[in-house]
Amino acid sequence: MRVEIAGESALIIYFGEHGQPGVAAAVARAASLLRDELGYRLIDLVPSYASLLVLYDPFRTDHLEVRHLIGKVLKRSEEATEQEAGRLVTLPVYYGEDAGYDLTSLAERVGLTPEEVVELHQQGEYRVYAMGFAPGFAYLGDVDERIACPRLATPRKRVPRGAVGIADRQTAIYPAVSPGGWNLIGRCPKRMFDPDAEPPSPVQVGDRVRFEAISRDEFFALGGSLDDE
Amino acid sequence: MNDMTRTGFKVRQPGLMTLIQDAGRFGQHHLGLTTGGPLDPDAFYWANRLCGNDTGSTCLEVSFGGLVLEAQVATRIAVTGANMPLKLNGREQECWRSHAVQPGDLVELGYATQGCRAYLAVAGGFQIPQQFGSTATVVREGIGGLHGSKLGPEDFLPCEASTTSDLWVLPEAERPEYGREVRLRVIPGYQQDHFDAVQQALFYSSEYTTTERSDRMGYRLEGQVVKADIEGILSEGICLGAIQVPADGQPIILLNDRQTIGGYPKLGSVFSPDLARLAQLTQGARVWFEKTGIDEAHNQLWLSRLRRERIQLLPA
Repeated sequence: MRVEIAGESALIIYFGEHGQPGVAAAVARAASLLRDELGYRLIDLVPSYASLLVLYDPFRTDHLEVRHLIGKVLKRSEEATEQEAGRLVTLPVYYGEDAGYDLTSLAERVGLTPEEVVELHQQGEYRVYAMGFAPGFAYLGDVDERIACPRLATPRKRVPRGAVGIADRQTAIYPAVSPGGWNLIGRCPKRMFDPDAEPPSPVQVGDRVRFEAISRDEFFALGGSLDDE
Repeated sequence: MNDMTRTGFKVRQPGLMTLIQDAGRFGQHHLGLTTGGPLDPDAFYWANRLCGNDTGSTCLEVSFGGLVLEAQVATRIAVTGANMPLKLNGREQECWRSHAVQPGDLVELGYATQGCRAYLAVAGGFQIPQQFGSTATVVREGIGGLHGSKLGPEDFLPCEASTTSDLWVLPEAERPEYGREVRLRVIPGYQQDHFDAVQQALFYSSEYTTTERSDRMGYRLEGQVVKADIEGILSEGICLGAIQVPADGQPIILLNDRQTIGGYPKLGSVFSPDLARLAQLTQGARVWFEKTGIDEAHNQLWLSRLRRERIQLLPA
């Protein structure tokens, strides 16, 4: 664990290497403990993969005090047991050519059938490593090596809302229409970001996610739409 | 509700990019929401103070100019920041002071001649519903403001009538000058160790030019190439002012609407008062970097806050 200066009122904590066991859980745990410990001194926290950015109010504290509090909290967090492994969230996905434009081409690129790609995608249990890029965009990993596939050479100008994509060993659901270069294999009918809902996003960093294959009819019954919007 | 029964300002001409902004949206990074807020918080502060407002009240950030509003309320307004010719009913008026407006008055902001962001405040602030605790508009996210985007031609900006408050002016000596060059003080940090001594020396001794690829997300600079000894990093949180260096070696200074995480190596972050000056630059201006320390930066923040609070407005 190492703490570096990021900016005039920001420190960043590095927890180790991505993929190292326990790192993602340690990031989520530290975020929750620091939120309480820093209290009124805290502006915001950005957990991501193997790091935690701590933004503090420079008129209420300084980097020395924040470093001290980080040290204190992390010591306590190391002593805690590994029991908080994050909530398990199941998200429905309709996998199909009409919902996942790249399912066939991805299958060809990795030398599997589309059915095998779907099977491997929904067999995995994923960790929410980070939220970013857009509101509600959750970076999930790691997908099975056999279906890992680089981004499209030319990103799409419009990826529809709910599209489920794969990029390298990551997978994600596009919460809103946006440009994007991930390989699309299906659609999730559940809204990943709804400003009027509480919570606005069904997942948070540190959660575990499973995908559950649903039929076309179930997809529509759950409010899904295959329009490109 | 019918516009005639509401008090506020009718947008006659929205300008090139006018955004509703308060101090910014905080505590929402875990959802992937960025902060937004005024690119020049100093000018934003003065606009509000000249109207007797809380300093985080909702204003308009007018980039480049071209805004025309029609008052449907009796109130006070103030315009600060970039030099944009202000007219009330066709008559030129001074910026950096508050003015009384009456229903039917036309408020016009021309195009900036110096700087590029002006702030228009109204007494009591514009009354805009908050989203995630803030009215700040972030167009990329479709969040904040009236409809998550820049001001449109038929928009209506509600505010309450205010005719009793005094009119104020900021002494001329206290008004900033927006030139065409800015020194950017840097707090070294993040992946600075991945830039060797030669690369750092090049970076801190070279001049850069602002490019047209600059917006509320960040300013892309052009000049001496600097190289890290790594191509990318595991995506991590990005703070305001972070200096990101992509593979082409041309630095990008990240601003209020930046994405919250990213995977390019970073040299550190620009000191925030200098970001306010950077954001007033248009394409082709000159910037250079100078190292500072976190303790020095912290002291400067306190000093400038105390100094600013002590400045007395004069009756207009």
